Amino acid sequence: MSTFQIDFGEARRSKVVGIDLGTTNSLVAYMDLTGPEIIADSEGRRIVPSVVSLTTDGNLVAGEPARELLLTSPERTVYSVKRLMGKGADDVKDEVKLFPFRIDPESTGVIKLKLGDRTLTPPEISAAVLKQLKENAETALDAVVEQAVITVPAYFNDAQRQATKDAGRLAGLEVLRLVNEPTAASLAYGLDKRQDGVIAVYDFGGGTFDISILRLHDGIFEVLATNGDTHLGGDDIDNLLLRIALEDLASEWKTDLSTDAEGVQRLRRAVIRAKEELSFVPETKLAFDYKGQHYQRALDRAIFERLIAPIVERTLEPCRACLKDAAHTPEQIDEVVMVGGSTRIPLVRAAVERLFKSKPHTELNPDEVVALGAAVQAGILSGDVEDKLLLDVTPLSLGIETMGGVVSKLIHRNSTIPASATEQFTTAVDGQRNVLIHVLQGERELVKDCRSLARFDLKEIAPMPAGFARIDVRLLIDANGILNVTARDARTGKEQSVEVKPSYGLTEDQVEAMIRESIEKGEEDLRERQVREARVEADNILAATEKAQRSDAWNDLSEPERQDVESAKRGLIAAYHGSDHRVINEKLEALNQATHTLAENMMNTAVRGALRGTKID
Amino acid sequence: MPPLPRDYYGFFGFDRKLAIDSAALQKRFYELSRQWHPDRFGRKSAEEQEMALEATSILNDGYRTLKDPVKRAEYLLTQDGFPIAEQRGKDVPPELLEEVFELNMMLEEVKSGDESARPQLEQSRQHFLGLREGVDRELLREFQRHDESVEASPTSKQALQEIRGLLNRRRYIENLIRDVERALNPVTPSRPAPG
Repeated sequence: MSTFQIDFGEARRSKVVGIDLGTTNSLVAYMDLTGPEIIADSEGRRIVPSVVSLTTDGNLVAGEPARELLLTSPERTVYSVKRLMGKGADDVKDEVKLFPFRIDPESTGVIKLKLGDRTLTPPEISAAVLKQLKENAETALDAVVEQAVITVPAYFNDAQRQATKDAGRLAGLEVLRLVNEPTAASLAYGLDKRQDGVIAVYDFGGGTFDISILRLHDGIFEVLATNGDTHLGGDDIDNLLLRIALEDLASEWKTDLSTDAEGVQRLRRAVIRAKEELSFVPETKLAFDYKGQHYQRALDRAIFERLIAPIVERTLEPCRACLKDAAHTPEQIDEVVMVGGSTRIPLVRAAVERLFKSKPHTELNPDEVVALGAAVQAGILSGDVEDKLLLDVTPLSLGIETMGGVVSKLIHRNSTIPASATEQFTTAVDGQRNVLIHVLQGERELVKDCRSLARFDLKEIAPMPAGFARIDVRLLIDANGILNVTARDARTGKEQSVEVKPSYGLTEDQVEAMIRESIEKGEEDLRERQVREARVEADNILAATEKAQRSDAWNDLSEPERQDVESAKRGLIAAYHGSDHRVINEKLEALNQATHTLAENMMNTAVRGALRGTKID
Repeated sequence: MPPLPRDYYGFFGFDRKLAIDSAALQKRFYELSRQWHPDRFGRKSAEEQEMALEATSILNDGYRTLKDPVKRAEYLLTQDGFPIAEQRGKDVPPELLEEVFELNMMLEEVKSGDESARPQLEQSRQHFLGLREGVDRELLREFQRHDESVEASPTSKQALQEIRGLLNRRRYIENLIRDVERALNPVTPSRPAPG
């Protein structure tokens, strides 16, 4: 197989995978001829925990190995980083109390997390998880994987989506589409078997909650409305139980474990185990052994349900709002689909059944259904799936700041995307060259209550008296739910340059720099590998030479020949510990040359010996 | 490829009429989505993808406009030289003057904490909802009149003047309903800013 015979048609058809980049767990799936399949790693594990750790030799590892490191080196390990995607340091003050995030106090705009001696942004950390999934897929499919569909919570805002896309790029993946998790799940469920109907997807995951209502019609999945809470998930249940257990433990052991990172992580695991068991059995034990001490509590489902009821209740308000926006009553919903690990909890199922007055679907594994749907969407994009089409919406209204700190809404929530709006701007001062447009997302009236997305600087406006310039600014939300802004001079039709200043995201330059750095890191890795390979070769030839020097063949050489070999040997040994593989290879070659006669002599001796019937060695 | 029609009626291939069969509109929307959605262009060139994005944004914006009778009428009127935005005055329609005066007094009372005005306020909410329904019925009649006159002569702008008047009246009533509803259920910011 030659690497140089690249058929571009084929190259473009490289495999497209579907990725569920979850708060707690991530999965990768692929659409084959029989349908979407989860891709397992080389050890058969289908789930990659969304945990990333910086090892002591400076490498980022993700998945199961990182989850183990969470116990032994918690200060170099991070989980649930999805909660920080597209956020500023001020946004996450509350999170920091509950999660062991070590945020660099110098973070401005984008959050930077400390992992050992390095500071990394959430997209860089997510990229480590994506790289692991990419690798798993490449190994399993025996193909290059450079394109992916990645799922995001439906209620993710523009900055969170952009951060996810950045993570993909940093992992070496072209993100063909960001698809909303509940919509992806509906694709996997095969509910389009029914010709017409309205379905609700209730997606309660590790860190986020989404509800979407869709109309199905002949293979078209049209989202009517979506709602959710990007800070509500199984994590919240874990944190609640953990807090109670820590208090209880403190009174029993007379020690405060909450400052002991390893202890907290181990207790957290015990709490999660108990939570998961209670979905299947009516009572269980919360058992925890640590540093020779033992703690145990009986926990039954009734108590558990009383504790978590307020959290479950918080999911119902978005459901009611979503029904209202979709202009449907619960009775008009034909089917309800459950997605996300937290929907295994019986109380959650009961609450959903009560609200929608019908028994929800739970046939598919709630952990896998989103990744499977992402793979179907990958199939749609690569043209392999032709009978399905997803029409999704933007979850949040988009507007611009106007006089008095008021937001003027230009694209309303639940508009089918791609969606656009055009607004004309002018100048306020004679000769004004720039106009700054502040774009926000949210449902409230005032700027301070909405989420700042970015400021767009319209530059190089031709100098004119105030109010004369006419600049049409077009806001376009693309099929990924990401905002694009273009501007043109309404009089001349000339494209106007726009500089984007994201409020909480990485700039294009920053992403480029990170990619460059990772390529440089990659080059560094490559150089190291080449040095290591050269040294292995040097070891071999030095050992062979020394062996030959102990043989009769060595004595057959002339004195100058022997000196040549000795000097070439010294040259190689001197280069051996250097960091340039080319120097090592050069000296290797020199020794090879110098030992040419010696090797021939050895061969001759061997032949002579063989003829004499004695064994040489 | 021919340039994309930017006009919503043109894009959907519909006659410029004010009465539109919503089932036919939805069917056409799905057909055009299958043709133009960016997901259908995953393997195509960057130019074609750009075109698909452009086409689908016109399609979606158009569907949103055409499926709502009021937005649809506002769109058609604006295109036909009867822009709504400039007419959006604060002037009270004369026939509503008295009612609006009374309503404002009630709103003041409720705002100052006088709960006794509540039942009356609820009554006027019902009243204005009724008025809006009346306007909607009149609008549909005028839509039909407009469509018939267009059929007779495509350049006819008959009825547009009336329709504009009705739309402005409707908008005014809409704002009153909003004010009443706000007074009845003061906006409690139930949820924080997203994100």
